[in-house]
Amino acid sequence: MKPDNGIKDRIRALSKKKELPDKTPYTGISVNDIIDLSGNFGISFREIEIAALEEEIIPERYVRNMKSFSATDQTTLLKSRITIVGLGGLGGVVTEILTRMGIGSLNLVDGDVFEESNLNRQYLCRENLISTPKTDAAEKRIKEINSSVTVRKHSEYINEENAEGIIGDSDTVIDCLDSLTGRFVLERASKKAGRRLVSAAVAGSYGHITTIFPEDPGLKLIYGDPENAPNKGAETSLGALSHCVSLVASLEASEAIKIILGKGSLLRNRLLVIDLNDNSFETMQLI
Amino acid sequence: MKKQAYITLKLFATLGKFTPDSADNYPVEPGTSIRDLIAGLKIPEEKAKLIFIDGVKGELDSTLNGGERIGIFPPVGGG
Repeated sequence: MKPDNGIKDRIRALSKKKELPDKTPYTGISVNDIIDLSGNFGISFREIEIAALEEEIIPERYVRNMKSFSATDQTTLLKSRITIVGLGGLGGVVTEILTRMGIGSLNLVDGDVFEESNLNRQYLCRENLISTPKTDAAEKRIKEINSSVTVRKHSEYINEENAEGIIGDSDTVIDCLDSLTGRFVLERASKKAGRRLVSAAVAGSYGHITTIFPEDPGLKLIYGDPENAPNKGAETSLGALSHCVSLVASLEASEAIKIILGKGSLLRNRLLVIDLNDNSFETMQLI
Repeated sequence: MKKQAYITLKLFATLGKFTPDSADNYPVEPGTSIRDLIAGLKIPEEKAKLIFIDGVKGELDSTLNGGERIGIFPPVGGG
């Protein structure tokens, strides 16, 4: 059911005129009022948030986005669907950020369960969640943070057979995988489905990130021909550090949001290379 | 006597252990290929997956004149 004018009247009645710390005036509506409206009218949180934004009434949860994103931008985020493939170090942080940013639909893919060695860097992993499927932990976390986000879970590993179907209706795909083979499978499916892909990888204190449009050469510029690429890289000996993984995951979320909003410059055919040992951040040209 | 030139060398991730003391001013003969450079550093060629010359992707056959900044990456795939 879509919000009608009666609901918009209620949204307006519940909204409050407020000010940002810099005195910029805005009209906001609280999370609790949205919860009540959703219950009373039987309409999803997301539909109510979108109806409010159409009236330039900002849900308080997004007020700190306001100077960067217009009400229309926030609505675009709420109407978008992003697929996150891999819910480990990168994927856990990407999930957290996109949930808080109000991406309306998250399509989550991971066939794995948590193990103790994940605790150093995987935000979704907790001591009491060892052996729990990563998709279940992600769904629970998302629901605790933002009721407007719809979750679709795929508790399976991506492969040649299922990849295209899983990512099919996404606006953007984010590669948070931990194998080179899986990354190439995902890239092939993304290209075939005409979807834009953000891809990052880490090892120890090192990381890199790129954005690949369907017509771009993509991962072969980084890893060489898929037939000759190993399945794993330097991470097998270096592991992965929480601060590096979180940083690179934040960059993935940033690229995905820019893709959705059509704003800012992207890392297409470029690779942002990070080495935290000497604080070097350099964007390299891949072609 | 052959002319000497110098490059700046940065070896990433697991290749860091091959970094020579003179990485900031590493001597090469002009015309040296990246393949020769890697062999001279004792880096297994299959580990040098990604090569950057002055911030632009290069190849094993790319040659050096001196003055370049070289970055070499092994495959990195962790997530």
